[in-house]
Amino acid sequence: MIQISKQKLEEMYEKMLLTRYFEEKVAYFFSMGMVHGTTHLYVGEEATATGVCCALEPQDLIASTHRGHGHCISKGIDLNRMMAELLGKESGYCKGKGGSMHIADLGRGNLGANGVVGGGIPLAVGAALTTKMKKIDRIVVGFFGDGATNQGTFHESLNLASIWKLPVLFVCEDNKYGISMSRFRSMNVSDIAVRASSYGMPGKTIDGNDVIAVYEETKKARDYVRENGPMLLVCDTYRYLGHSKSDANVYRTKEEIAEWKAKDPIKRMRAYLLENGAFSEAEIKSVEEKAKRSIEDAVEFAQKSPYPSIDTIMDDVYA
Amino acid sequence: MRELTYAQAIREAMCHEMRRDENVFLMGEDVGVYGGAFGVSVGMIEEFGPERVRDTPISEAVIAGAAAGAAVTGMRPIAEIMFSDFITISMDQLVNQAAKIRYMFGGKAKVPMVLRAPAGSGTGAAAQHSQSPEAWYCNVPGLKVVIPSTPADAKGLLISAIRDDNPVLFLEQKLLYRTKGDVPEGEYTVPLGKAAVHREGSDATVITYGRMLPMCMQAAEQLEKEEGISVEIVDPRTLVPLDKETVINSAKKTGRVLIVHEACQTGGFGGELAAVIADSDAFFYLDAPIMRYGGMDVPIPYCPELERNVVPVLENTKKKIIQLVRG
Repeated sequence: MIQISKQKLEEMYEKMLLTRYFEEKVAYFFSMGMVHGTTHLYVGEEATATGVCCALEPQDLIASTHRGHGHCISKGIDLNRMMAELLGKESGYCKGKGGSMHIADLGRGNLGANGVVGGGIPLAVGAALTTKMKKIDRIVVGFFGDGATNQGTFHESLNLASIWKLPVLFVCEDNKYGISMSRFRSMNVSDIAVRASSYGMPGKTIDGNDVIAVYEETKKARDYVRENGPMLLVCDTYRYLGHSKSDANVYRTKEEIAEWKAKDPIKRMRAYLLENGAFSEAEIKSVEEKAKRSIEDAVEFAQKSPYPSIDTIMDDVYA
Repeated sequence: MRELTYAQAIREAMCHEMRRDENVFLMGEDVGVYGGAFGVSVGMIEEFGPERVRDTPISEAVIAGAAAGAAVTGMRPIAEIMFSDFITISMDQLVNQAAKIRYMFGGKAKVPMVLRAPAGSGTGAAAQHSQSPEAWYCNVPGLKVVIPSTPADAKGLLISAIRDDNPVLFLEQKLLYRTKGDVPEGEYTVPLGKAAVHREGSDATVITYGRMLPMCMQAAEQLEKEEGISVEIVDPRTLVPLDKETVINSAKKTGRVLIVHEACQTGGFGGELAAVIADSDAFFYLDAPIMRYGGMDVPIPYCPELERNVVPVLENTKKKIIQLVRG
């Protein structure tokens, strides 16, 4: 067991809460028609993003996915600007031009969410190539879902990273569905981690709803990747909500969803903090209140921000 | 000045930039000891080593995507795709990732990468190795599209492309690789977005690029002698950004325009060039409808006689110019 400081535990609990509260707010905005387009919520999977990102060093990079709010928040982000981006405001991360699917925070090492399933994996490999060629002490994490492991980019990227021994940690968030397609129907392997053997790299499946386990395994994986090249880490988790904003869940049962909700990563973390005696109920409540306030502040900032001027439409097509 | 082939000029541009800037490197299929499918990178691995001249597996998606990822994080990659036909396999990474990253991220990122790929027919390689796909990419904001027609332009445009902070598609012309021309030594750049007027004329303008340029030059020279027709030849050199001013000014000057390209005529870049002229005040100077002469709307066939005739040829080009001038 890796010793985790009280401060780190608090940080992880707070980031999971921020992700949950942020998304509850986003879901509410959608239901009220205050946000247009679509969004892909991460509710139920928070331990994976938080466990991975909190185990990284500040200089490490991540490439995210269409379901990327958890990655953004866990890598550290300005929540105000993130919420502003979802509302399409000028003060948003992408000046209102990217929205939920394209939030990027290069300053904090987030190479961006991605609208294409598997589209970000080659970018992570490229960032790892820079890392190796410039001899920078960092790793790159490429996040993707179970569905993306059926894309050609998964195969090409893992193979290339392996032959070039690039410092990239491939993190598969196995949330069990690609929209409606169960991953037990979309591939004939029960454990996605075995796919790593095709590329001569280690693969390991871990409990993605246990933030402590994800943190510890990522720490170990980070050490491995820095020294030896890529590795595949599969986080076993589940998405409670639909694929995107509207989804009647016709492809799965209420019982299945309930079964996973019983393994809720945030409830588990809360119980862990109390049980191991590191935190009192009052301390936990204080973290929860602080997180709620942060989200309320972000909403206020975003709502007060202006929309971008129509004059900016053509800005930033070319450098 | 000394003469180089088009392929040597491209190599010289890459070597010049790799000596100047350690962030520049080359990757692609067989670019190392093999020297590239068309021999463009011969000898580079000996000078720069396998770290900077990287052989990749046959994986066009990750070649383009890794180039984009490396570019966003501070490198200036040159990625070679063996045939421009195979960019279809890189398409998502080029079109949805590299081209859009800057805009989607609100201008925070730069993607300084060059994707080099040989285009065009004439090698007997049939339909999947012979296309001229430039127009597809001109419809993707965020990409620049460059097609050099001479060895000097190949060097000068490639150096500019490597120094550009945007993803640049650099479409080399297979049939021009062995053609020779004067190429300035050392530092030599040709700006992206500046057309070349290769020949001044007064009766008609031919707008053309790539390997159609030498053919059109020949047509113009023969028509001067045989028919006394004076043809101006404009080569845009970069389709995006396009030097509209030079194109429009030449149309105004001669009042008659023929656009020649190897790519299939329907949906080809000639339509855009015609529209640029028709949309401008040059319209009022036109003495005849703008003519296009593109490749036939078919996949490139194998049989040499068929292959030669699906793209614009000298005799027909001359006939079209005569028709344009004399009605």
